Amino acid sequence: MSAERCNVTLTVNGETVVETVDARTNLVDFLRETLSLTGSHVGCEHGVCGACTVRVDGVVVRGCLMLAAQCDGAKVETIEGVSDLGEIADLQAAFEQRNALQCGFCTPGMLLTAQELLAQGGVPSRDKIREQISGNYCRCTGYQAIIDAIEAVAEARGKK
Amino acid sequence: MKPAPFAYAKAKSLDHAIELLGRPDGEARLLAGGQSLMATLNMRLSAPKLLIDLNGVSGLDGIALKNSALEIGALTRHVQAEHSDLVAKHAPLIYLALPHIGHAAIRNRGTLGGSIAFADPAAELPACLLAMAGEIDIAGPTGKRTVQADDFFKGLFETALGPQDVLTAIRIPAATAQTRVGFAEFARRHGDYAMVGLAASARADGKGLTDIRLAYFGVGATPLRAKKAEAALAGGDIDAAVAALAQDLDPSDDVQSTGATKKHLAGVLLRRVAKQLAEPRS
Repeated sequence: MSAERCNVTLTVNGETVVETVDARTNLVDFLRETLSLTGSHVGCEHGVCGACTVRVDGVVVRGCLMLAAQCDGAKVETIEGVSDLGEIADLQAAFEQRNALQCGFCTPGMLLTAQELLAQGGVPSRDKIREQISGNYCRCTGYQAIIDAIEAVAEARGKK
Repeated sequence: MKPAPFAYAKAKSLDHAIELLGRPDGEARLLAGGQSLMATLNMRLSAPKLLIDLNGVSGLDGIALKNSALEIGALTRHVQAEHSDLVAKHAPLIYLALPHIGHAAIRNRGTLGGSIAFADPAAELPACLLAMAGEIDIAGPTGKRTVQADDFFKGLFETALGPQDVLTAIRIPAATAQTRVGFAEFARRHGDYAMVGLAASARADGKGLTDIRLAYFGVGATPLRAKKAEAALAGGDIDAAVAALAQDLDPSDDVQSTGATKKHLAGVLLRRVAKQLAEPRS
């Protein structure tokens, strides 16, 4: 009924994964250490920095504030899967063109968080973009280039 | 850091959750959105032996208007309330406060019931519930009961919830044409816990404001009513209301700011919120 080891079956980037995990293992550690998906990063481990952002059942969450055990039956998507599908190819290109990343530590979380806003359609205001990424720390860029890139992609997608 | 080891159990029903909470060592915690609890576990500020996951228990979410009150199920996530027309119309104070809570990814997971039950003294929703004279529905081993927001917040992270109790819903008197609300907070970064915040409600009676409830957060162990300031504001004297805060509030220094700074900011917020209360709602 309750256990320190839990069996989980979930899909990660479209593939079914069956594992036994420690109850205390959080989702991002499970993805990185058990599944070797190291695109999601571990920063603050208390929900502040946003480096561990992944998608669970279609919405972005903090990978450090959710247990792997809670993901039984869930659909998890990481930056690896979202990149491979080409869903954010334009956003990634815009980040590169505008120098919206330097060290890249925050970038996977930044991209997934931005994509959630962009997927709502329309061209959000710069204030709205700022608010959306307010939970993702970047220590390199000063954010302006990131906001430029997200805004440019919103405009470009609107013209398609 | 990583959490200390614990066991995990998925509650199948409300009764099952209450039963699981009844372990003799009292070392079980309920897991809802986990956006505060998981952080405290990771930092080892708390080390329960058992986490009882409420996600998946049916009947604990949903938003409905019942007998002139808006009932919000405990497992309702912030993002659901944020996009709810019922919340915007009938609980305008919560609607104003929600965008200030955490960030997009946090609001996708965090629950309204979890925030109230966790009772962080710097959190927005406990103060909103207090400002709106809301009620809290609780289920426990001896049955169900309802507690008024005024009686719910007992101390630092301490509420009227007993060791085997589950918060099941909150209820807020539905706003009328006369209802006025106001909300403002200071935070160093959008979405962070506030240094000081103020949630307020009042009733416009044609001449001025009555039933004013000012609930401050981030200034004490619990959300706090500023009752002397409420009385002064009811008399229409904003300067007297700001001055009265000196008697109502005595914030201590914390990592974010000194008590003196918080006191000053509380006055600034009161002037902003008083302006919002004076405006008819659109």
